[in-house]
Amino acid sequence: MKVLIVAETDGGRVSEKTLPAIAFAQQKSPETFTILAIGDNLQGVEMLTGYGAQAVLTVNHPALAKPLAERYAPVVAHYAQQLGADAIVATTTTFSRDLLARVAGLLDAPMLSDITALESANGKLVAKRPIYSANLIGTFEVEGSHVVMTVRGPAWGKPEPKGASPVQNAEAPADIPTRSEWLSLQGGGGGRPDLTQARVVVSGGRPLKDPETFEKYIGGLADALGGAVGATRAAVDSGIAPNELQVGQTGKTVAPELYIAVAVSGSVQHLAGMKDSKVIVAINTDPEAPIFQVADYGLVADLYQVVPELTELLKNSGS
Amino acid sequence: MKILVSVKRVPDPYAKISPNATGTDINRDGLQMAVNPFDEIALEEAIRLKEAGKATEVVAVSIGGAESQEQLRTALAMGADRAILVQTDETLDAPSVAKILAAVYRREQPHLMLMGKQAIDMDENQVGQMLAAILDLPQATFASKITIENGSATVERETDNGIETIRMPLPAIITADLRLNEPRYVALTGIVRARSKPLETITPADLGVQTRTRVRLTQVEAPPARKAGKRVSDVHELVRLLREEARVI
Ligand SMILES: Cc1cc2nc3c(=O)[nH]c(=O)nc-3n(C[C@H](O)[C@H](O)[C@H](O)COP(=O)(O)OP(=O)(O)OC[C@H]3O[C@@H](n4cnc5c(N)ncnc54)[C@H](O)[C@@H]3O)c2cc1C
Ligand SMILES: Nc1ncnc2c1ncn2[C@@H]1O[C@H](COP(=O)(O)O)[C@@H](O)[C@H]1O
Repeated sequence: MKVLIVAETDGGRVSEKTLPAIAFAQQKSPETFTILAIGDNLQGVEMLTGYGAQAVLTVNHPALAKPLAERYAPVVAHYAQQLGADAIVATTTTFSRDLLARVAGLLDAPMLSDITALESANGKLVAKRPIYSANLIGTFEVEGSHVVMTVRGPAWGKPEPKGASPVQNAEAPADIPTRSEWLSLQGGGGGRPDLTQARVVVSGGRPLKDPETFEKYIGGLADALGGAVGATRAAVDSGIAPNELQVGQTGKTVAPELYIAVAVSGSVQHLAGMKDSKVIVAINTDPEAPIFQVADYGLVADLYQVVPELTELLKNSGS
Repeated sequence: MKILVSVKRVPDPYAKISPNATGTDINRDGLQMAVNPFDEIALEEAIRLKEAGKATEVVAVSIGGAESQEQLRTALAMGADRAILVQTDETLDAPSVAKILAAVYRREQPHLMLMGKQAIDMDENQVGQMLAAILDLPQATFASKITIENGSATVERETDNGIETIRMPLPAIITADLRLNEPRYVALTGIVRARSKPLETITPADLGVQTRTRVRLTQVEAPPARKAGKRVSDVHELVRLLREEARVI
């Protein structure tokens, strides 16, 4: 299988969110994978060069300075065809969901979203992926010679360091459509680790009242652990936490070493995004809250009392 | 301005889903079905654009068996003007659905197509983008705010990195995220009125589309269950266990 990995970029910089897709390629096609990174004056390409890819292709063009699917898709399709790729792969994120399905449309290729396993049997690819809000796992058979895939980050982990790959500058195809225009991006950052990459995630639910309270209690505990902050949809919808912190079926999928759910009821939609975490802690006043059914350690208590205690304890003992 | 909205029949988001006896599909006995929640949001947005005088007609389209009429009736009751069922009992993959929607789009020639970002059964999140590629139209996925002005759409999108704003000329394909709006409850008068609104049934062959499904679901299983763990009595015990037993801090 010849694999083309599409690196995640914001147009200016390569993101470490690309790494699980590289880990996928190392496991499924160690000899023949190429990485494609698209943008303008791209920085951070060296992040991609130490994993044994045949080459890292970079396409730089002013029209590609922002990650618009309409502009990037023909670039990906062009290089997929030129390299004769059997599989076009990226880590599941909003960037790849937006872009790769458009690439599949351009190439009339079948697509598998968010896969957690892949084998080949009787000449067909057989993949597993979560369905019905991750309530179930589906097995899918794919016919045909080429396929587009997004791979679920936590299922593939980090790539192994391997031989250095040459970086090759590649031309942008001549006919990049420029109808869609990028205007702005608000939010993000905040100095904490990225939610999907963090080793520890502390999430808060609706009872956190307002942004200040949320930041004080959830942000404070996350900082004591060097972790990232997550939120439920109810917290986001009530304006307590920004959108990009939402964990769950319609938010991000995370699988950190430690997930602390504070005043989170544990709806199936929330669990869909975090139940593969290694260790789950739940803090909730309701002993019957569904979150306790998946928690390794449950503390039935009022967050306003125990979260400050816990934060102090962790700070003082230097975790 | 005419708006086309796609509507998929899916299990109710709050229904309990389990594998069937042979593990080849889910258990559908007595399963409550609904309009895909993201499509309901797309439809609500289209109806609001009509109420605001920006759109003149809202057409709902569904692809599926005869029972999908039920969801189209709901769409009509919410406020769509007419509905089209592309009737087929075949199980279709996303490229096939996109090809059929593209044919409906070419027949209807709308100025805007609104749809859900994903169907909550297979959670694929593919059809909108594939459709935009097939029709060679601009796309805005995961919309949380849409402003239509002077023949162009300015869309706020929910991305992993924050809210991104992009602008594109119409026609375009826009897919709805949860925070775009809160769909209305269907009023009784709407249900009564919906009975007399047109619902046309056609087939993929009528549209000249031949589909070939290449991605097939062969097996359905429950994920490995997580066991409930221990109750701890206070934060001291919690920290001790996280350190000594779980070794994660
Ligand atoms: C199509 C669809 C998609 C969805 N996608 C998502 C998604 O991606 N992510 C998501 O999270 N949700 C999602 N939801 C929403 C989901 O169904 C729940 O409504 C939501 O997760 C509930 O959030 P919550 O736990 O913060 O709020 P609540 O359900 O209100 O729970 C609050 C919890 O806090 C506890 N509590 C109250 N006070 C305290 C206190 N002082 N100290 C400690 N505990 C306290 C309560 O006992 C309760 O268990 C989706 C819903 C739909 C229909
Ligand atoms: N059978 C169908 N009938 C009508 N619309 C559909 C159908 N399947 C998918 N769609 C549309 O495509 C969107 C994305 O679906 P998906 O890519 O399958 O997650 C949905 O929100 C629907 O609007």
